[in-house]
Amino acid sequence: MTTFKRAKGFWLSILLSLILFGVIQGLISSGVLNAFYQNTLILIGINIILAASLHLIIGITGQFSIGHAGFLAVGAYVSAIVTMKFELPFIVAIIIAGIIAALAGLLIGIPSLRLKGDYLAIATLGFGEVVRIFFLNTEYVGGASGMIVSHMTTWPLVFVAVLITLVVIRNFTNSTHGRACISIREDETAADSMGINTTYYKVVAFGIGAFFAGIAGALYSHNFYIILPSSFGFLKSFDILIFVVLGGLGSLSGSVLAAILLTVVTTYLADYPDTRMIIYSVVLIAMMIYRPQGLMGTKEFTSIFKRKGGAKHDDKQTIA
Amino acid sequence: MEIFQQLVNGLSLGSIYALIALGYTMVYGIVKLINFAHGDVFMIGSFVGFYSITILELSLIPALLISMAACALLGVIIEKIAYKPLRNATRIAALITAIGVSLLIEYGFIYIRGAQSEAYPDNVVPSTNLDIFGVTINSKALLIFSIAIILMIILQVIVHKTMIGKAMRAVSHDADAARLMGINVDNTISATFAIGSALAGAAGVVFGIYYLKIEPLMGIMPGLKAFVAAVLGGIGIIPGAMVGGLLLGVIESLVSAFGASSWRDGVAFIVLILILIFRPQGLFGKNKKEKV
Repeated sequence: MTTFKRAKGFWLSILLSLILFGVIQGLISSGVLNAFYQNTLILIGINIILAASLHLIIGITGQFSIGHAGFLAVGAYVSAIVTMKFELPFIVAIIIAGIIAALAGLLIGIPSLRLKGDYLAIATLGFGEVVRIFFLNTEYVGGASGMIVSHMTTWPLVFVAVLITLVVIRNFTNSTHGRACISIREDETAADSMGINTTYYKVVAFGIGAFFAGIAGALYSHNFYIILPSSFGFLKSFDILIFVVLGGLGSLSGSVLAAILLTVVTTYLADYPDTRMIIYSVVLIAMMIYRPQGLMGTKEFTSIFKRKGGAKHDDKQTIA
Repeated sequence: MEIFQQLVNGLSLGSIYALIALGYTMVYGIVKLINFAHGDVFMIGSFVGFYSITILELSLIPALLISMAACALLGVIIEKIAYKPLRNATRIAALITAIGVSLLIEYGFIYIRGAQSEAYPDNVVPSTNLDIFGVTINSKALLIFSIAIILMIILQVIVHKTMIGKAMRAVSHDADAARLMGINVDNTISATFAIGSALAGAAGVVFGIYYLKIEPLMGIMPGLKAFVAAVLGGIGIIPGAMVGGLLLGVIESLVSAFGASSWRDGVAFIVLILILIFRPQGLFGKNKKEKV
């Protein structure tokens, strides 16, 4: 019975998102949404993918990673090499970008077996910087002056990618594997003693998270005409981190909501980048002091509509 | 002789890293927080020194002292406003707050005074080349190195010979037990922030004198690298930070010497990842068993 209900909810959300896509597509073809809004939509889509992929690593598995821009950079450069140097179709490039980024994720996942908390955070930060400096020093991809990429990202493509990302991450979270990841977040030692292979699940979480970050990277690089190593620095990782933190560590819908909200805010503050950073940082500090669990806590958007009989969530911040 | 030359350069760069790393390590040792804003305290220190020298027309030592005092104050303010409410929060919440504080200082400072860079006047200290056993040593490099060593000796005296130093060691060992023994833990933490930030301020002035160019985002890279230095030596261990800083400076200079200067920034992080994988407790650290 519950399986049936859950499946019904799943198909309902797919249907709703398709309707949303239809409406936006209609607005685009009727000319209500001009190129500026379309570009904002694409950026929102890319940021949703990034937020969801980092949500899996931080929010679900509890592995604090602040080097997500590294995976984004891997995806961006690999896809650009595939389309520009080998002249393969964009779809192939997106998939290859995802796979290579996932391999990078496995690579950084392996040290995460030994490191926890602060140390892991710093190791991932170091990884992100090493990736950036690697591309900065590689003449094949243009070094510091960047690489010319043709514009190939379209709104329907981004929409499909967002939908696939959200469906995969949501279903992963609700599966046995997802439960195992949540148990690692709650208490790694306890999870280990209950027979959960914590090493395996941490690496899997990093791999899947990095895969989608790589896809986002492919869409990101082909949305601009040039990619520069400097756009994948520490600040980019921080931008992604703030989506997850603001939305609520452990809430997928919270992360998505924060990604939409902050992308819109960023677009309107594009002329005042300093003001934007000040607002970001003040929001972040105030949030951590007064509401450390984020906007949504670990709740999902759908649970607001659930009646009393539904699963109860406690508001406790559990990420160590 | 080229290699000795690079060694000297490495030691003067390393002493700047060491001064910043000391603040990281002391704060981490006492509140288990990676104070990301520490690199920005270093930046503020550099600017305070710059304004003292150019506008107030002071010489090096008074400028250094003013900068240290201003940074100590800034460190205490940061601690009181941003970190104290989070004393019992999760480590991740504290880490995110630290990143927030860091960005607030950087962009707040840019908002107030603009992002343009400044250059320290070249004549603050006489710059002559000394010839010692065939190795040319710039007097500035020597000065930086001696300032760093003097400050480190003073720090060691404070930590090991004074009451506040004793309190700091007690709190870092076991904060609850220290509180039961009548130590004012909050004041001790503030003092730690003050001392660590003062050292970062000194590092900022010294950096300006040696490298001349300063700008509002200059704190990010040295801050991160000083953190690497602290981890390299074993975070929370004061002699570890000194050795780690000097070692990192020398490694970077040697990498430049072997013609890979564009990889200089990368090397620090590769060192970090390697040390975290093979010896996460650092060179001087002891391996702690996890208790459930």
